[in-house]
Amino acid sequence: MKRNIILIIIGLCLALWPLGGYQEGIVILMCINCVAAMGVSILTGFTGIFTLGHAAYMALGAYTTAIMTVRYGVHWLPAVIAGGLMAVIIAWLIGVPTLKLTGDYYAIASIGLGEAIRLILENWQSFTRGSRGFPGIDPYTTRVMAVTIFILLAILMFNMLDSRLGRELKASRDDSTAASLMGFNTPHTRMKALVISAFYCGIAGSMLGGYMSFIQPSMFDMMKSTELTAVVVFGGLGSMSGSILGSAAITLIMEYFRDISQYRMLIYGLLLVIIMVFRPEGLLGSHEVWDFMRFNFRKEADKNA
Amino acid sequence: MSEKILLEAQNIHVNYGAIQALSGFSLKLMENEIVSVIGANGAGKSTFMNALMGMVKIAKGDIFLDGYPLSSQNYKVVRSGLSLVPEGRRIFAPLTVEENLKIGAFTRKDVSELKEDYDWVFSLFPRLQERLKQYAGTLSGGEQQMLAIARALMARPRVLLLDEPSLGLAPIVIREIFRELKRVNERGVSILLVEQNAKQALLLSHRAYVLQTGRLLKEGLSKDLLEDRDIKAAYLGQSA
Repeated sequence: MKRNIILIIIGLCLALWPLGGYQEGIVILMCINCVAAMGVSILTGFTGIFTLGHAAYMALGAYTTAIMTVRYGVHWLPAVIAGGLMAVIIAWLIGVPTLKLTGDYYAIASIGLGEAIRLILENWQSFTRGSRGFPGIDPYTTRVMAVTIFILLAILMFNMLDSRLGRELKASRDDSTAASLMGFNTPHTRMKALVISAFYCGIAGSMLGGYMSFIQPSMFDMMKSTELTAVVVFGGLGSMSGSILGSAAITLIMEYFRDISQYRMLIYGLLLVIIMVFRPEGLLGSHEVWDFMRFNFRKEADKNA
Repeated sequence: MSEKILLEAQNIHVNYGAIQALSGFSLKLMENEIVSVIGANGAGKSTFMNALMGMVKIAKGDIFLDGYPLSSQNYKVVRSGLSLVPEGRRIFAPLTVEENLKIGAFTRKDVSELKEDYDWVFSLFPRLQERLKQYAGTLSGGEQQMLAIARALMARPRVLLLDEPSLGLAPIVIREIFRELKRVNERGVSILLVEQNAKQALLLSHRAYVLQTGRLLKEGLSKDLLEDRDIKAAYLGQSA
């Protein structure tokens, strides 16, 4: 409860603080990246399934929303939700054959999926305009909209992780044999994680389309997928707030170095190496931000006792 | 102990490739009974447990619970009332004791009665209550075993299956755990126990089966097996 209120306060600050146009853009981008990072985090950090193709779900969301709003004049809100649902459907289809396997099989399949979807979007000229890109999307992603969606999805995510579902995911991540001994249908558990994760990435993609008002398949290539997973590793596997912080930090750092953007990937790689050397468990490890606060409180209490 | 058969395994065969791990083992567990299965390494004890739980495929044979065939799908077996404390404990080390117990109670629908069961497992193993917020991986071996048992009990099973609960524990801890298992049984939970520590197992159980290379060697009342010359020589480390 306290956590939800804090999130809402953060949201209000982000949405209403007077900012210039440029900073406003950064806040929107941060929200979009955080939503995508939450999606990857629940799959990679909490369920232990590595993915290298989640940009594909963003692409699905982005294109679904773009085509619905531009071609068919649908209002952006149902179109954004449809973008998320489209990602869910495709994730379910790809999950059925791959998630019965344990280990890193999904990672391999996800690379294939990511590239396949990008290539379909690139070559289905009549429908998606191919690599020329899809222009003229209504810029519906305003700061208030981006922050609202981000905060709503964050509250939903944290509550899911605290519920039975969260324990189910963590149990099957830590020891899937023991988890199935507890009565979990573990392939089913993994599917739930994938579907939720695809939904978040789909929504993030839809938001990105509305922010840029132009999308093209190369925005959702393997580099983007790797970036999504890297951000989650950077923030800490098994830490949702870590993923969010990591994503926000990386967005800011990337913006800061935009002047020398040809060296972007160099800085990015350097950053990851530094993290891996000095904090191999990621920014927050498997803890959430408030774990550290509670820890400090308890230490104080012990001192007083 | 009633005369009603709760769990019955008939003529179970399990193969790992060309190797026969179990060739025609049968077992009965009455309601409210403690049965132990003893045997040396590789006798097929753990395989039998895994076969019951649906973790390995049964080549031939049938398993009945209450006279109805048991599902071969692991999560359904758990939901129908069997709960296994796996060999080597397999607790969720990165999670807290409390989370482990909550995960154990996952299949439960009667949330209102959960509190009662928490109190019960804490009365069995008070140390778990003291360590509720601690990460399970930081517990001692004995405490981890207690947690594994408590976690299995949170599902409120009708049959509690234990695979080598004494593995790697100090004798004093083993005695403590076996004493509490007796109390678990007194509350109406049937127990099927697989052990290498034959003496402890026979002291606790009502009846026992002796397995050797996948076949039944002997079965009988535990107190008779404790006095049996061959058993004494082979499993209890006493010369006959």
